[in-house]
Amino acid sequence: MRVLVANRGEIALRIIRACHEAGAEAVAVYSDADKDSRWVQLADAAEHIGKSAAAKSYLNADAVLAAAKASGADAVHPGYGFLSENAGFARRVRQEGLIFVGPPAEVIEKMGDKATARRTAVEAGVPVVPGSGPVTDAGEAETVAADIGFPLLVKASAGGGGRGIRPVHDASELAEVFATAKAEATAAFGDGTLYLERMVAEARHIEVQVLADDHGNVVHVYERDCSVQRRRQKLIEEAPAAELGDDVRAAITSASVRLAEYVGYRNAGTVEFLLAPDGEFYFMEMNTRIQVEHPVTEVVTGVDLLAEQLRIAAGEPLSFSQGDIALEGAAVELRINAEDPGNNFVPTPGELARFDLPGGPGIRVDSGFVAGDRISPFYDSMLAKLICWGADRQQALARARQALAELRIEGVSSTASLHGELLGDPELAGGPVHTRWLEGRLG
Amino acid sequence: MTTIKATMPGVFYRRPSPEADPYVAEGAAISEGQTIALIEVMKTFNEVKSEVSGTVTKFLIDDGDEVSMGQDIIEVDGA
Repeated sequence: MRVLVANRGEIALRIIRACHEAGAEAVAVYSDADKDSRWVQLADAAEHIGKSAAAKSYLNADAVLAAAKASGADAVHPGYGFLSENAGFARRVRQEGLIFVGPPAEVIEKMGDKATARRTAVEAGVPVVPGSGPVTDAGEAETVAADIGFPLLVKASAGGGGRGIRPVHDASELAEVFATAKAEATAAFGDGTLYLERMVAEARHIEVQVLADDHGNVVHVYERDCSVQRRRQKLIEEAPAAELGDDVRAAITSASVRLAEYVGYRNAGTVEFLLAPDGEFYFMEMNTRIQVEHPVTEVVTGVDLLAEQLRIAAGEPLSFSQGDIALEGAAVELRINAEDPGNNFVPTPGELARFDLPGGPGIRVDSGFVAGDRISPFYDSMLAKLICWGADRQQALARARQALAELRIEGVSSTASLHGELLGDPELAGGPVHTRWLEGRLG
Repeated sequence: MTTIKATMPGVFYRRPSPEADPYVAEGAAISEGQTIALIEVMKTFNEVKSEVSGTVTKFLIDDGDEVSMGQDIIEVDGA
């Protein structure tokens, strides 16, 4: 197999490594800004796809498809972000006679639309947060809100990534918030469609990794806890979820497999849930791609998710069955971003003057960069992921502290100092936190 | 004649979202502190505010183009 790696940075390198381990060739793509990058050098071939701005390179389906054809690739791995959840792109890849390393376009479409995804989850018997369908005006919102109960959230159907969401604490606020949200959604997304949803207080973000092949095998690879977030951006992820309990684990993983089976899922995907303090969980969305935080799952299960993605894409069965995998130890991933936590997380592009990465037992570092690289303003701010494994959660956290102590980044700001503070926080060390914990702590 | 320069590197946008109208058109009057464009830096959108009042005579960069720090972006007359 010859795989076009339609992405950049650490995930491009991760895919290239998986290709080489599987005996496949990897073709990198690159924009002007990424010409001299490490993943381009480590690929077997590389195709230039355009200018630095993502819209003119990594998001340009025509350019990526042209690169696939020019390079003689027979498969396209989209990674995460960019074109990875673009159903039209997946369809075009297949129409060109190439393998798309991911699910069918129809499944991407179905799970990519929030309302359809929610309806599908209900059909599959997976619990969803009590909420409404599209609500047209404030009067209807009041009727619907009475059934859902307060506090609740007003959400834009076309929103995503935490955008287009407003809280309503009691009935007196509803009409005004509804009007503002409608205007905002119309301006921001060109679509003022809104719906209401119960606010689940002190919820954790728990997500379940699933894999499905062409031979009827659908398995879960356990769960991750990604509750340490700021503005819905994950900063620390863990596997397994601390103090989850066997009953909840069994229920949430089987619900995920059920949903994957119901939608005819293929390849790697993640089902995201809110977990309430009472142990009830609610489907949020399904991500139809590999995720940033996939390594924590890999190190606690021994499953190479990228290798399985390539196997599935090639039409082979999964290399294991559900009964073969078990959790061993605990892992924590720190996303080190080029942002200044002391200055409202402002991104700091610049030259990576020094980039000393940690090592030692249980430490894995996934990064697309080396010292001397220019961290460009055109893409996301992630510099590296530090994945720290221990025999238990306390050892994983201790190793993460050690890893941070070894990390030296100069030339750009980084979130490492914040990560250091968080790892020293007795609340986080003591057990699970909820998704608003970090924002509350930052003040 | 004054030239407004980019205060950060990134991608330059003349409108708040792809479907929206531009913040300002060539020939329009602007006042100090008014938002006239966006620069996207690492997926964060930063408003570019005018430091001067006057009339926009020319955009020196196209919507969606890359911009470097200190680059001339807009000509303003009467400032």
